Amino acid sequence: MRRRAILGYGAAGVGAVALMLFVGWWQVDGPGGPEPIGQRPVALTAMDFRLTDHEGNAVGPETLIGRPTMAFFGFTYCPDVCPTTLSDISGWLDDLGDGADEMNVAFITVDPERDTVETMAEYVGYFHPAIRGWTGPEEQIARVADGFRATYERVPTESGDYTMNHTASVFLFAASGRFVTMIDYHEPREFAVPKIRRALEEEMEGAT
Amino acid sequence: MKKHTLTGTLAALLTLGGLSVPALAGPEDVVVVNAWSRASIGMNRPGAAYMTIRNTGDEPVTLIGLATPLAMMPKIHETKTNAEGVSSMSPAGEIAIAPGESVALEPGGLHAMLMRLQEPMTEGDTFPLTLLFDDGGEVTVEVPILGIAARGPED
Repeated sequence: MRRRAILGYGAAGVGAVALMLFVGWWQVDGPGGPEPIGQRPVALTAMDFRLTDHEGNAVGPETLIGRPTMAFFGFTYCPDVCPTTLSDISGWLDDLGDGADEMNVAFITVDPERDTVETMAEYVGYFHPAIRGWTGPEEQIARVADGFRATYERVPTESGDYTMNHTASVFLFAASGRFVTMIDYHEPREFAVPKIRRALEEEMEGAT
Repeated sequence: MKKHTLTGTLAALLTLGGLSVPALAGPEDVVVVNAWSRASIGMNRPGAAYMTIRNTGDEPVTLIGLATPLAMMPKIHETKTNAEGVSSMSPAGEIAIAPGESVALEPGGLHAMLMRLQEPMTEGDTFPLTLLFDDGGEVTVEVPILGIAARGPED
Protein backbone atom coordinates (compact mmCIF):
# COMPACT_ATOMS: atom_id res chain seq x y z
CA MET A 1 0.00 0.00 0.00
CA ARG A 2 2.67 2.36 1.09
CA ARG A 3 4.87 1.31 -1.77
CA ARG A 4 2.11 2.06 -4.25
CA ALA A 5 1.74 5.54 -2.81
CA ILE A 6 5.46 6.19 -3.31
CA LEU A 7 5.26 4.89 -6.86
CA GLY A 8 2.33 7.18 -7.39
CA TYR A 9 4.31 10.18 -6.21
CA GLY A 10 7.20 9.09 -8.37
CA ALA A 11 5.04 8.96 -11.47
CA ALA A 12 3.61 12.37 -10.68
CA GLY A 13 7.12 13.70 -10.20
CA VAL A 14 8.30 12.35 -13.54
CA GLY A 15 5.21 13.83 -15.14
CA ALA A 16 5.89 17.24 -13.57
CA VAL A 17 9.51 17.21 -14.75
CA ALA A 18 8.43 16.23 -18.26
CA LEU A 19 5.89 19.04 -18.29
CA MET A 20 8.49 21.53 -17.10
CA LEU A 21 10.91 20.39 -19.79
CA PHE A 22 8.21 20.75 -22.41
CA VAL A 23 7.22 24.22 -21.22
CA GLY A 24 10.88 25.22 -21.16
CA TRP A 25 11.41 23.95 -24.70
CA TRP A 26 8.23 25.70 -25.88
CA GLN A 27 9.31 29.03 -24.43
CA VAL A 28 12.97 28.92 -25.42
CA ASP A 29 13.34 27.00 -28.69
CA GLY A 30 9.78 26.01 -29.58
CA PRO A 31 6.91 27.89 -31.19
CA GLY A 32 6.47 30.03 -28.06
CA GLY A 33 10.03 31.32 -28.23
CA PRO A 34 11.04 34.86 -29.12
CA GLU A 35 11.99 35.77 -32.66
CA PRO A 36 15.72 35.36 -33.24
CA ILE A 37 17.21 38.66 -32.20
CA GLY A 38 20.48 40.42 -32.73
CA GLN A 39 21.57 39.00 -36.06
CA ARG A 40 25.34 39.16 -36.40
CA PRO A 41 26.79 41.97 -38.47
CA VAL A 42 28.14 40.91 -41.85
CA ALA A 43 31.90 41.06 -42.49
CA LEU A 44 33.25 44.48 -43.42
CA THR A 45 34.33 42.92 -46.74
CA ALA A 46 30.64 42.30 -47.52
CA MET A 47 29.54 45.87 -46.71
CA ASP A 48 29.13 48.70 -49.18
CA PHE A 49 28.75 52.31 -48.05
CA ARG A 50 30.37 55.70 -48.60
CA LEU A 51 30.76 58.17 -45.75
CA THR A 52 32.94 61.16 -44.80
CA ASP A 53 35.14 61.26 -41.72
CA HIS A 54 35.43 64.28 -39.43
CA GLU A 55 38.41 65.57 -41.42
CA GLY A 56 36.51 65.43 -44.70
CA ASN A 57 38.11 62.23 -46.04
CA ALA A 58 35.99 59.78 -48.03
CA VAL A 59 35.66 56.55 -46.06
CA GLY A 60 34.03 53.18 -46.56
CA PRO A 61 34.33 49.61 -45.29
CA GLU A 62 37.71 49.29 -47.03
CA THR A 63 39.03 52.06 -44.74
CA LEU A 64 38.63 49.68 -41.81
CA ILE A 65 40.10 46.54 -43.36
CA GLY A 66 43.72 45.76 -42.55
CA ARG A 67 43.51 46.82 -38.91
CA PRO A 68 41.17 45.67 -36.14
CA THR A 69 38.17 47.94 -35.67
CA MET A 70 35.93 49.23 -32.91
CA ALA A 71 32.76 50.89 -34.21
CA PHE A 72 29.88 52.56 -32.43
CA PHE A 73 26.64 54.24 -33.54
CA GLY A 74 25.42 57.40 -31.82
CA PHE A 75 24.81 61.11 -32.28
CA THR A 76 26.33 64.25 -30.84
CA TYR A 77 23.04 65.56 -29.39
CA CYS A 78 22.86 62.46 -27.18
CA PRO A 79 23.23 63.63 -23.57
CA ASP A 80 23.79 60.34 -21.77
CA VAL A 81 24.67 57.12 -23.61
CA CYS A 82 26.97 58.52 -26.31
CA PRO A 83 29.34 60.63 -24.20
CA THR A 84 29.42 57.76 -21.69
CA THR A 85 30.32 55.21 -24.38
CA LEU A 86 32.92 57.49 -25.97
CA SER A 87 34.43 58.00 -22.50
CA ASP A 88 34.41 54.23 -21.97
CA ILE A 89 36.10 53.69 -25.34
CA SER A 90 38.69 56.34 -24.45
CA GLY A 91 39.35 54.48 -21.18
CA TRP A 92 39.71 51.13 -22.95
CA LEU A 93 42.14 52.67 -25.45
CA ASP A 94 44.20 54.06 -22.56
CA ASP A 95 44.28 50.55 -21.06
CA LEU A 96 45.45 49.04 -24.33
CA GLY A 97 48.40 51.42 -24.52
CA ASP A 98 50.35 50.80 -27.73
CA GLY A 99 47.64 48.41 -28.95
CA ALA A 100 45.37 51.41 -29.40
CA ASP A 101 47.58 52.69 -32.20
CA GLU A 102 46.90 49.52 -34.18
CA MET A 103 43.12 50.01 -34.17
CA ASN A 104 40.49 51.84 -36.15
CA VAL A 105 37.86 53.47 -33.97
CA ALA A 106 34.79 54.83 -35.77
CA PHE A 107 31.92 56.75 -34.19
CA ILE A 108 29.18 56.65 -36.83
CA THR A 109 26.32 59.14 -36.48
CA VAL A 110 22.70 58.08 -36.81
CA ASP A 111 21.67 61.75 -36.96
CA PRO A 112 23.32 63.10 -40.14
CA GLU A 113 20.81 65.96 -40.26
CA ARG A 114 22.49 67.63 -37.26
CA ASP A 115 25.86 65.89 -37.28
CA THR A 116 27.77 67.56 -40.08
CA VAL A 117 31.48 66.96 -40.67
CA GLU A 118 32.30 70.09 -38.62
CA THR A 119 30.02 69.02 -35.76
CA MET A 120 31.61 65.58 -35.68
CA ALA A 121 35.10 67.12 -35.70
CA GLU A 122 34.32 69.32 -32.71
CA TYR A 123 32.67 66.49 -30.80
CA VAL A 124 35.26 63.73 -31.24
CA GLY A 125 37.95 66.28 -30.35
CA TYR A 126 36.88 65.94 -26.71
CA PHE A 127 37.68 62.21 -26.58
CA HIS A 128 40.62 59.88 -27.35
CA PRO A 129 42.48 61.02 -30.50
CA ALA A 130 42.10 57.55 -32.07
CA ILE A 131 38.31 58.05 -32.33
CA ARG A 132 37.17 59.10 -35.81
CA GLY A 133 33.73 60.59 -36.46
CA TRP A 134 31.86 59.40 -39.55
CA THR A 135 28.82 61.00 -41.15
CA GLY A 136 27.17 61.02 -44.56
CA PRO A 137 23.89 61.12 -46.44
CA GLU A 138 20.90 59.54 -44.76
CA GLU A 139 20.66 56.64 -47.23
CA GLN A 140 24.34 55.80 -46.73
CA ILE A 141 23.88 55.81 -42.95
CA ALA A 142 21.00 53.39 -43.49
CA ARG A 143 23.33 51.11 -45.49
CA VAL A 144 26.01 51.06 -42.77
CA ALA A 145 23.44 50.32 -40.09
CA ASP A 146 22.03 47.53 -42.23
CA GLY A 147 25.45 45.94 -42.64
CA PHE A 148 26.08 46.15 -38.92
CA ARG A 149 22.50 44.96 -38.19
CA ALA A 150 22.21 48.08 -36.04
CA THR A 151 18.93 49.93 -35.64
CA TYR A 152 18.06 53.56 -35.07
CA GLU A 153 14.86 55.54 -34.89
CA ARG A 154 14.00 59.22 -34.63
CA VAL A 155 11.80 59.99 -31.61
CA PRO A 156 10.21 63.39 -30.85
CA THR A 157 10.88 64.81 -27.37
CA GLU A 158 8.59 66.88 -25.18
CA SER A 159 10.78 69.94 -25.76
CA GLY A 160 9.66 69.91 -29.40
CA ASP A 161 13.02 68.53 -30.47
CA TYR A 162 13.91 64.98 -31.32
CA THR A 163 16.22 62.31 -29.99
CA MET A 164 17.45 59.07 -31.53
CA ASN A 165 17.02 55.55 -30.21
CA HIS A 166 19.93 53.49 -31.45
CA THR A 167 22.00 50.35 -30.94
CA ALA A 168 24.40 51.23 -28.15
CA SER A 169 26.78 48.25 -28.38
CA VAL A 170 30.37 48.61 -29.57
CA PHE A 171 31.17 46.36 -32.55
CA LEU A 172 34.56 44.64 -32.83
CA PHE A 173 35.99 43.46 -36.15
CA ALA A 174 39.29 41.70 -36.86
CA ALA A 175 41.83 43.12 -39.31
CA SER A 176 40.46 40.71 -41.93
CA GLY A 177 37.09 42.45 -41.65
CA ARG A 178 35.49 39.50 -39.89
CA PHE A 179 33.05 40.39 -37.11
CA VAL A 180 34.53 39.25 -33.77
CA THR A 181 32.11 40.25 -31.02
CA MET A 182 30.19 43.06 -29.38
CA ILE A 183 30.76 44.97 -26.17
CA ASP A 184 27.43 45.73 -24.56
CA TYR A 185 26.57 49.11 -23.10
CA HIS A 186 27.75 49.21 -19.48
CA GLU A 187 29.90 46.12 -19.89
CA PRO A 188 32.59 46.32 -17.19
CA ARG A 189 36.06 47.25 -18.30
CA GLU A 190 37.51 43.91 -17.12
CA PHE A 191 35.34 42.16 -19.76
CA ALA A 192 35.56 44.80 -22.46
CA VAL A 193 39.34 45.14 -22.66
CA PRO A 194 40.05 41.39 -23.08
CA LYS A 195 37.48 41.31 -25.90
CA ILE A 196 39.37 44.09 -27.67
CA ARG A 197 42.65 42.25 -27.12
CA ARG A 198 41.04 39.22 -28.78
CA ALA A 199 40.30 41.29 -31.89
CA LEU A 200 43.88 42.57 -31.80
CA GLU A 201 45.36 39.08 -31.40
CA GLU A 202 43.43 37.77 -34.35
CA GLU A 203 45.30 40.29 -36.44
CA MET A 204 48.63 38.93 -35.18
CA GLU A 205 47.65 35.36 -36.05
CA GLY A 206 46.56 36.43 -39.50
CA ALA A 207 49.85 38.23 -40.03
CA THR A 208 52.06 35.23 -39.26
CA MET B 1 20.06 75.98 16.48
CA LYS B 2 20.67 72.34 17.15
CA LYS B 3 19.72 71.45 13.60
CA HIS B 4 22.24 73.92 12.20
CA THR B 5 25.00 72.39 14.22
CA LEU B 6 24.08 68.94 12.97
CA THR B 7 23.94 70.14 9.38
CA GLY B 8 27.38 71.68 9.70
CA THR B 9 28.83 68.50 11.15
CA LEU B 10 27.31 66.36 8.42
CA ALA B 11 28.55 68.69 5.73
CA ALA B 12 32.04 68.61 7.22
CA LEU B 13 31.99 64.81 7.45
CA LEU B 14 30.80 64.33 3.89
CA THR B 15 33.20 66.89 2.50
CA LEU B 16 36.07 65.20 4.31
CA GLY B 17 34.89 61.93 2.78
CA GLY B 18 35.60 63.33 -0.65
CA LEU B 19 31.95 63.80 -1.55
CA SER B 20 30.38 66.86 -3.03
CA VAL B 21 28.77 69.30 -0.64
CA PRO B 22 25.51 67.77 0.56
CA ALA B 23 22.30 69.72 0.23
CA LEU B 24 20.18 69.92 3.33
CA ALA B 25 18.29 73.05 2.49
CA GLY B 26 14.79 71.64 2.13
CA PRO B 27 13.41 68.48 3.66
CA GLU B 28 16.27 67.77 6.06
CA ASP B 29 15.87 64.04 5.45
CA VAL B 30 17.03 64.26 1.86
CA VAL B 31 20.77 64.26 1.25
CA VAL B 32 22.21 64.68 -2.23
CA VAL B 33 25.79 63.54 -2.80
CA ASN B 34 28.18 63.06 -5.72
CA ALA B 35 26.39 65.51 -7.99
CA TRP B 36 28.13 66.12 -11.31
CA SER B 37 27.44 66.99 -14.91
CA ARG B 38 29.28 67.26 -18.20
CA ALA B 39 30.22 70.37 -20.10
CA SER B 40 28.13 71.09 -23.18
CA ILE B 41 29.07 72.19 -26.67
CA GLY B 42 27.08 75.39 -26.99
CA MET B 43 23.43 75.58 -25.95
CA ASN B 44 21.63 73.54 -28.57
CA ARG B 45 22.24 70.12 -27.08
CA PRO B 46 20.57 68.96 -23.87
CA GLY B 47 22.79 68.51 -20.84
CA ALA B 48 22.66 65.73 -18.26
CA ALA B 49 23.36 65.75 -14.52
CA TYR B 50 23.91 62.87 -12.15
CA MET B 51 23.79 62.42 -8.37
CA THR B 52 22.76 60.12 -5.56
CA ILE B 53 19.62 61.11 -3.64
CA ARG B 54 19.40 59.58 -0.19
CA ASN B 55 16.34 59.53 2.05
CA THR B 56 17.72 59.50 5.60
CA GLY B 57 14.31 59.94 7.21
CA ASP B 58 11.56 57.62 8.44
CA GLU B 59 8.99 58.55 5.77
CA PRO B 60 9.06 57.89 2.03
CA VAL B 61 9.78 60.92 -0.15
CA THR B 62 8.70 61.37 -3.78
CA LEU B 63 10.70 63.40 -6.26
CA ILE B 64 8.27 65.01 -8.69
CA GLY B 65 10.35 67.50 -10.64
CA LEU B 66 13.40 69.69 -11.13
CA ALA B 67 14.09 73.37 -11.50
CA THR B 68 17.23 75.26 -12.51
CA PRO B 69 17.99 78.65 -14.01
CA LEU B 70 20.36 76.82 -16.39
CA ALA B 71 17.63 75.07 -18.38
CA MET B 72 14.02 75.88 -19.24
CA MET B 73 13.01 72.20 -19.23
CA PRO B 74 14.86 70.10 -16.68
CA LYS B 75 13.33 66.64 -16.28
CA ILE B 76 14.23 63.28 -14.87
CA HIS B 77 14.71 60.88 -17.76
CA GLU B 78 15.62 57.25 -17.87
CA THR B 79 17.83 55.54 -20.43
CA LYS B 80 16.94 51.91 -21.08
CA THR B 81 18.79 49.38 -23.18
CA ASN B 82 16.75 46.47 -24.51
CA ALA B 83 17.74 42.87 -25.28
CA GLU B 84 18.88 43.87 -28.78
CA GLY B 85 21.24 46.47 -27.34
CA VAL B 86 19.09 49.39 -28.49
CA SER B 87 19.04 52.25 -26.04
CA SER B 88 16.17 54.69 -25.69
CA MET B 89 15.29 57.51 -23.34
CA SER B 90 11.99 58.60 -21.84
CA PRO B 91 10.67 60.72 -18.94
CA ALA B 92 10.88 58.76 -15.70
CA GLY B 93 7.84 60.26 -13.95
CA GLU B 94 7.74 60.47 -10.17
CA ILE B 95 10.45 58.74 -8.18
CA ALA B 96 9.59 57.41 -4.74
CA ILE B 97 12.48 56.87 -2.33
CA ALA B 98 11.75 54.65 0.66
CA PRO B 99 13.11 55.53 4.13
CA GLY B 100 16.80 54.70 4.33
CA GLU B 101 17.03 54.12 0.58
CA SER B 102 18.95 55.94 -2.15
CA VAL B 103 18.26 56.54 -5.80
CA ALA B 104 21.24 56.88 -8.11
CA LEU B 105 21.08 59.14 -11.14
CA GLU B 106 23.96 57.78 -13.19
CA PRO B 107 25.03 57.38 -16.83
CA GLY B 108 22.86 54.91 -18.70
CA GLY B 109 20.05 55.00 -16.16
CA LEU B 110 18.09 57.74 -14.46
CA HIS B 111 19.48 61.19 -15.11
CA ALA B 112 18.52 64.83 -14.86
CA MET B 113 18.00 65.85 -18.47
CA LEU B 114 18.58 69.57 -18.95
CA MET B 115 16.62 70.65 -21.99
CA ARG B 116 16.64 74.15 -23.48
CA LEU B 117 19.89 75.35 -21.93
CA GLN B 118 19.97 79.06 -21.22
CA GLU B 119 23.75 79.20 -21.35
CA PRO B 120 26.54 76.80 -22.27
CA MET B 121 27.71 74.43 -19.54
CA THR B 122 31.36 75.29 -19.02
CA GLU B 123 33.86 72.95 -17.41
CA GLY B 124 34.84 74.22 -13.95
CA ASP B 125 31.57 76.09 -13.37
CA THR B 126 28.69 74.97 -11.17
CA PHE B 127 24.94 75.53 -11.38
CA PRO B 128 22.12 75.19 -8.84
CA LEU B 129 19.64 72.35 -9.38
CA THR B 130 16.51 72.21 -7.23
CA LEU B 131 14.77 68.92 -6.57
CA LEU B 132 11.02 69.30 -6.03
CA PHE B 133 9.17 66.86 -3.78
CA ASP B 134 5.46 66.01 -3.61
CA ASP B 135 5.08 67.49 -0.12
CA GLY B 136 6.17 70.89 -1.43
CA GLY B 137 9.69 70.47 -0.08
CA GLU B 138 12.70 71.51 -2.12
CA VAL B 139 16.36 70.63 -1.99
CA THR B 140 18.88 72.68 -3.94
CA VAL B 141 22.27 71.26 -4.80
CA GLU B 142 25.18 73.00 -6.51
CA VAL B 143 26.23 70.77 -9.42
CA PRO B 144 29.84 70.95 -10.63
CA ILE B 145 30.38 70.85 -14.40
CA LEU B 146 33.15 68.46 -15.38
CA GLY B 147 34.69 67.77 -18.81
CA ILE B 148 32.65 66.32 -21.68
CA ALA B 149 34.51 63.02 -21.38
CA ALA B 150 33.95 62.73 -17.59
CA ARG B 151 32.77 59.32 -16.44
CA GLY B 152 31.85 60.02 -12.83
CA PRO B 153 31.94 62.57 -10.02
CA GLU B 154 35.70 62.12 -9.51
CA ASP B 155 36.73 62.52 -13.15
